[in-house]
Amino acid sequence: MTDMTSSLAGASQRPASTRRDIGIKRRYAAERRFRAYGIGAISIGIFFLGLLLWTVVSKGYTAFLQTEIVLPITFSEQVIDPKNERADNPAKLMTANYPLLVRDALVQKLGIDPANRADVKLATDMVSASARTQLRDVVVANPAIIGQTVTVALLAEGNIDSANKGQIDVTVDEANRKVKDKQLGWMQTLAQDGAMTKSFNTGLFTSGASSRPEAAGIGVAALGSLYMMLIVLALALPIGVSASIYLEEFAPKNKLTDLIEVNINNLAAVPSIVYGLLGLSIFINFAGMPRSAALVGGLVLTLMTLPTIIIATRAALKAVPPSIRAAALGLGASKMQTIFHHVLPLAMPGILTGTIIGLAHALGETAPLLLIGMVAFVVDFPGSPLEPSTALPVQIYMWANEAERAFVERTSGAIIVLLIFLVVMNLGAILLRRRFERRW
Amino acid sequence: MNMMSEATLEKAVDQKMNAVPHKMIGKDVSVYYGEKRALFDVNLNIRENTVTALIGPSGCGKSTFLRTLNRMNDTIDHCRVTGKITLDDGDIYDPSIDVVELRARVGMVFQKPNPFPKSIYENVTYGPKIHGLARSKAELDAIVEQSLQKAGLWNEVKDRLHESGTGLSGGQQQRLCIARAVAVSPEVILMDEPCSALDPIATAKVEELIHELRANYTIVIVTHSMQQAARVSQRTAMFHLGNLVEENDTDKMFTNPDDQRTQDYIMGRFG
Repeated sequence: MTDMTSSLAGASQRPASTRRDIGIKRRYAAERRFRAYGIGAISIGIFFLGLLLWTVVSKGYTAFLQTEIVLPITFSEQVIDPKNERADNPAKLMTANYPLLVRDALVQKLGIDPANRADVKLATDMVSASARTQLRDVVVANPAIIGQTVTVALLAEGNIDSANKGQIDVTVDEANRKVKDKQLGWMQTLAQDGAMTKSFNTGLFTSGASSRPEAAGIGVAALGSLYMMLIVLALALPIGVSASIYLEEFAPKNKLTDLIEVNINNLAAVPSIVYGLLGLSIFINFAGMPRSAALVGGLVLTLMTLPTIIIATRAALKAVPPSIRAAALGLGASKMQTIFHHVLPLAMPGILTGTIIGLAHALGETAPLLLIGMVAFVVDFPGSPLEPSTALPVQIYMWANEAERAFVERTSGAIIVLLIFLVVMNLGAILLRRRFERRW
Repeated sequence: MNMMSEATLEKAVDQKMNAVPHKMIGKDVSVYYGEKRALFDVNLNIRENTVTALIGPSGCGKSTFLRTLNRMNDTIDHCRVTGKITLDDGDIYDPSIDVVELRARVGMVFQKPNPFPKSIYENVTYGPKIHGLARSKAELDAIVEQSLQKAGLWNEVKDRLHESGTGLSGGQQQRLCIARAVAVSPEVILMDEPCSALDPIATAKVEELIHELRANYTIVIVTHSMQQAARVSQRTAMFHLGNLVEENDTDKMFTNPDDQRTQDYIMGRFG
């Protein structure tokens, strides 16, 4: 026993005297600390991401449902076309007093005294003013409906919709409340009758801007965004890829190309609002292109996306192993053939990933569009990129400025839609990379 | 007895070799990378249907010289070549010479097997396609079969021609690269340490292949392995610090070299 300890001591003494203290314990402690910092940083990130998603989704999911009031509407000829002029003058159908039809139907349904004007007003306020256009469209599409009674689902007014979703505090004093006690009572009556229902809000996806939240949608804005994305894709991809190929493969390495490279990297970091100003002064003021048009928006976003695509493409080209180039050149392929037959196909996943990420970035961009007049109240679908249009993020920005409770949920709803687009695009980028990635 | 006769036969063949015409002639070849000079007035002739081995320590300029023979140095920025290199009496650095055509005549096999990440078939047909050597699918098929036969790979891959070339083993990949080079019917094949990434069995196969290819092609091979140079080549050139130290018949080079530095290098005293 003593022998062993002494020999152990002897064995450990000899190297210990020659070995420096390099602080093994401190080294491990430092590593543990570093890992803890990393985990902490990631946890904070995940926490805020979760918070963001939770706020947006919890506020926004109700936007996908819309309260409707189902009423048997009598398309009375007395109201629509009392003098029977519609055969000669089709415009008559456009200007008829359709809200009267709604009023009559409501008064009948709720059993209100038509002489009590205050109550009648309260009742008709429960139905969205968009009922006018809704009924007009029905009649114009099918004039034979006049004289018949048809059940029509009308949009509930924004505040009634919010109240129906439980978003309005009914304990507040009636005078300070948007929805009056009487209306709440009628809502109950209608609900018991099955005349007040919640259904999927297709209008959110098909309508344009409206000052009435129940009739407002992101359809027009989404079309504007689609136009811009197509323009960005059609311009930024070929220009960016050609520029990268030239810079990476053909351009001589000298001061000038170094300067260009530095500037491209700087351009990627230029605030987007500066691109908006550039677009305003060049495309609109100098070139005389139309204001608020998706064409100008697309051009501005192209300028903004180009550096991203060029940087991604150059990185992808650089990542192609030189042995592949050597093999092709050694076989007698020209430089052009080497690039187009071998290098570019291998760099394609990287290029596409960069392009999709650039597009996703452009899709979510708001600031430059504000400066070129795309922050506009656009009701109709733009027939071409030259017509006034707006974009998804701008629509969100505009809705966020509205006061009504129903716009709050629609803002979050539109954000959810935008986020879904972005997630789908980024997933596409990841899938492309996985699918086409090659190993050497 | 049999061994003896074989040895004498090879001697006889080698003697005859001295009469073999020169396929490529390098005269006062110097190479500069920017300011740095990598080759100093190298005079080296490559004999037809002969395997010429270039040996020497790392950085001695043997690969640089090899690359001047099909102008692969052109792809390196700031690289400048002076002197004269001829292929069948034509100056390959003459402005009228198309480098694409030159590389079709002087093929190259690289250190690391580098098949294109495409099918085996496409790997072999790429050269013939860009040089317009085949008019029909049938002609292409024939070229693929012949080239793979010559590279000794046909029997191993004939059933999976349309699978990826990168899925082959290292040795097979290198033989595929040789088949790819052979497919454009070059006159000279340059090999830059073709076996350095291969195991001994694959190396043996490639060396055997070099032996067979010699009948139809002129081969220049850079190698770090003395044994390999001794096994596969008939002529050997020794480079040191950018200079050609000695060029001689391989037998003489490894038994009784003229230059002390060659002796030292072969004996493993430096390098």
